[in-house]
Amino acid sequence: MNTKKITVATAWLDGCSGCHMSFLDLDQQLFDLIAQIDIVYSPLVDAKELPAMVDVGILEGSISSEDDLDKARLFRQHCKLLISLGDCAITGNVPALRNQFKLADVLNRAYYETATVQAQIPTRGVPALRVPVKPIHGEVVVDVFIPGCPPRAGAIGYVLTELLAGRVPDPSSVTRFGA
Amino acid sequence: MAQPAVIPNVRVVTLTIDDRDLSAREDETIIEVCRENHIPIPSLCHLDGLSVWGGCRLCMVELEGQARLFAACATRVAEGMRIHTMSEKLKRYRRTIIELLFAERHHVCAVCVSNGHCELQWLAQKCGVDHVRVPYRQAAYPVDSSHEMFRLDHNRCILCTRCVRVCDEIEGAHTWDIMGRGTDCRVISDLAQPWGTSDNCTSCGKCVQVCPTGALVKQGTSVGEMVKDQHFLPILARRRHAQ
Repeated sequence: MNTKKITVATAWLDGCSGCHMSFLDLDQQLFDLIAQIDIVYSPLVDAKELPAMVDVGILEGSISSEDDLDKARLFRQHCKLLISLGDCAITGNVPALRNQFKLADVLNRAYYETATVQAQIPTRGVPALRVPVKPIHGEVVVDVFIPGCPPRAGAIGYVLTELLAGRVPDPSSVTRFGA
Repeated sequence: MAQPAVIPNVRVVTLTIDDRDLSAREDETIIEVCRENHIPIPSLCHLDGLSVWGGCRLCMVELEGQARLFAACATRVAEGMRIHTMSEKLKRYRRTIIELLFAERHHVCAVCVSNGHCELQWLAQKCGVDHVRVPYRQAAYPVDSSHEMFRLDHNRCILCTRCVRVCDEIEGAHTWDIMGRGTDCRVISDLAQPWGTSDNCTSCGKCVQVCPTGALVKQGTSVGEMVKDQHFLPILARRRHAQ
């Protein structure tokens, strides 16, 4: 048996981090997983750089900004298997609600109309927003989809366990859009 | 007519569905025989108690010896029919239809009052739709909140016409109808007037209960709270035609 651990990288793009929280909700099952996987890059660990090659990449959130697009492309380039985690990554979900409005109107609403102090649209050090907001597979090829808002911890655990066992998971057997 | 009255002395035919030998009354449709025998057939426009519409195309089945597909809700059984409901081709078609429904309007399950009680959401899961391969249209449709008890969100409407049929055939008011073509097609109350101004709407709420999605809902419900209750329909439909 190959004793080398499977390497996993995760990132959140335009999401609320809820899918990552749901992953943490695996609680005790995390210890079983950690025996088989090594999280090499993630908001949950300290590594600052994505390694040259990772076995499994997990992306939460939609592609809403230039930075999101860069990260999605980077993950596709460096991950053998790419997973879209949660409804924002798969459908655009809540971030994509802004697609019905003009971007200027959305920014005005957020930074002028509802601001109480220092009303201004941030421009320095923030990535430009893209139109329209897209699911990740709208820009790069995605291999596995885990719907849910967020997917239950058990659903994430099921998919990862199946993949580790070398089987093709059927996420629809355990989760759905909006679950 | 919503449902033909049960005719006595109707002939019985034998047929196979997915290689199961079955018998059925000759006035039954394929979907009725499938439902009686617990053979799952997906459908969004068909509803027991309403007339046949045949619009959603999810219930398409294969008949041996026939090149084209048949809508199970609109095809009567016949002697010796050999029906297949679960071929890879049918699964692929159903998946595509559901994806197109999701892409056409704005079905965001996470912020829908019908989340967890929606037939579109449920069918997507049953048919293995875990993502939509075509780009979302991102078109905005209006919401009609003018009725004091109910709300119509065109963004979540799949044009199954259950509301139109139940209002006409069961309630007898015919407040609802269909207007426009293609992506402009939408359900309208009266002659495209705000629902709240309708004189002939009886506010019975039958349209709300038969709506498979979150397009027609009660006012005052928040995410996941709109539970649909369709028990009235087969009871009323049977009594209506027994008279």
